Amino acid sequence: MSAALEVHGITRSFFGVAALRGVRFAVPEGSITGLIGPNGAGKSTLLNVVSGLLRPDGGTVRFLGDEVTGFAPHRLAARGLTRTFQVARGFPRMSVFQHFMLYGPRQPGEGLLQGLFRGAAARRREEELAERALGIARRLRLAPLLDAPVTALSGGQKKLVEIGRTLMAEPRMILLDEPMAGVNPSLGAEIAAHLQSLNAEGITLCLVEHDMPLIRQLCGHVVVMAEGRTLVTGSFDEVVAHPEVQEAYLGHRA
Amino acid sequence: MLSYLLFSVTIGGIYALLALALNLAWGGAGLVNLGLAGFFGIGAYATALATGAGLPVALGLGIAMLAGVLAGLAITGATLRLRDDYLAIVTLGFGEIVRLVALNERWLTNGADGLSGIVAPFKAQLGVQGFNQGSALAVTALVLLVWWLLRRLDASPFGRALRAVREDQELAAFAGKPVLRLKFQAFALSAALAGLAGALYAHTQSYISPDHFQPLITIYIFLAVTAGGLGRPLGALLGAYAVVIFLEGTRFLAALVPGIEPVQVAALREALVGLSLLLVLHFRPRGLLPERIPPAPKALP
Repeated sequence: MSAALEVHGITRSFFGVAALRGVRFAVPEGSITGLIGPNGAGKSTLLNVVSGLLRPDGGTVRFLGDEVTGFAPHRLAARGLTRTFQVARGFPRMSVFQHFMLYGPRQPGEGLLQGLFRGAAARRREEELAERALGIARRLRLAPLLDAPVTALSGGQKKLVEIGRTLMAEPRMILLDEPMAGVNPSLGAEIAAHLQSLNAEGITLCLVEHDMPLIRQLCGHVVVMAEGRTLVTGSFDEVVAHPEVQEAYLGHRA
Repeated sequence: MLSYLLFSVTIGGIYALLALALNLAWGGAGLVNLGLAGFFGIGAYATALATGAGLPVALGLGIAMLAGVLAGLAITGATLRLRDDYLAIVTLGFGEIVRLVALNERWLTNGADGLSGIVAPFKAQLGVQGFNQGSALAVTALVLLVWWLLRRLDASPFGRALRAVREDQELAAFAGKPVLRLKFQAFALSAALAGLAGALYAHTQSYISPDHFQPLITIYIFLAVTAGGLGRPLGALLGAYAVVIFLEGTRFLAALVPGIEPVQVAALREALVGLSLLLVLHFRPRGLLPERIPPAPKALP
């Protein structure tokens, strides 16, 4: 299986403190890969590097075979790599529908002149995206909330909006930063089911998560990080049985 | 009295253009431009100098807008990493620099004496009264055209992407939006409109001096956009006319207060302007015509 994402020797320090010290792993294409590790392992920093928010000090990131190290987020988005955030973020004064429309890629109407004169191509794309947005809203059961500003939504609904708008972006791969953080169990199960169905459609997922039962349920491939390095990679059962992983989590050999 | 009214309509239209320009940058992209008076001044001087050198007025208007665009691109380029309050400080400084250059580079701008005798198109054929009517009409027509175009832009995917930049530019980048390009375009177009407003001012008034481009104008336009409704072109437009009516109206109102000196009248007007802004913000914090969220289309069959 070829790799959707390969990170190789990534280093990054903040004010002299090393957060990443040469992380390397691959996310197989079509997999749901879990990225786990104790607090301070560098998972969030790594996610920020891969998603273009932070520039690494060293190392390379390859996405679908092409080097994309240090690419700006919108260029990664254009290639099909996108991410979600631990605390669901949104544009406060925009509706759910506007969020969905915004995330649609390849919009000719976003050019100044095309926007002004509404060319046929821009109108057609707008109609296509609207249709998809309504479909995604139905699928996520957000249809009644399409006109609500995102500030009016509950935390769980915001998570669903985040998944929906990410889908609008037609991603090849999604990086998810703790998709279950602060979500009640029944919504959590719903989100997990959505993630599985996305994966079944061929979208590669890489999630940072602390919920071990969820990792066991979803992830066919697990990467364990500790102290800015990759500790172990393998299946869930393999990595939890690994003595170094037990030590990193529990502080002693079990 | 009629020519005073016509004058007010013309000035109201010029303020409306400035308000539309500010609303595009600030309401649309979240770029606070406190240097609006500077772009206004650049447009006015650009066309005054160009038409003074013998170029036709239409070309002068184009040059004024181009000068605005160039200044806008330069400012955006220099402030890419800044937002909100810091951008506001830099642009405020820029506005003052424009005014000070106009004041001191006498070889170009004739300094504090200003430039007089700026070409007034068709004034000879129309006569003074006809020219005033024509100016009011032409400026108003242009305001309506610009408003219509900006409303279109506002409702387009471009406007939507711009709003995303205003709300959270980092997230907008993750949504795949080219944040830098959007900022450059919004700010440059806004500066072009401010330059156009300056050019109209120059050609309708025939006289400009650095005094006409005080930061106070910027404050009035902020008042207009805030009171009218930030993020909604119609709000900005009506807000601008409301501010001009208010400014001119208080002239007469203040005269009714017995026993105060003319200087005190001027101060009283400023105080009333401030008070009215406070009242609007208190009772209508989002302005008289707040920004609307366009509804989603109804479910397709």
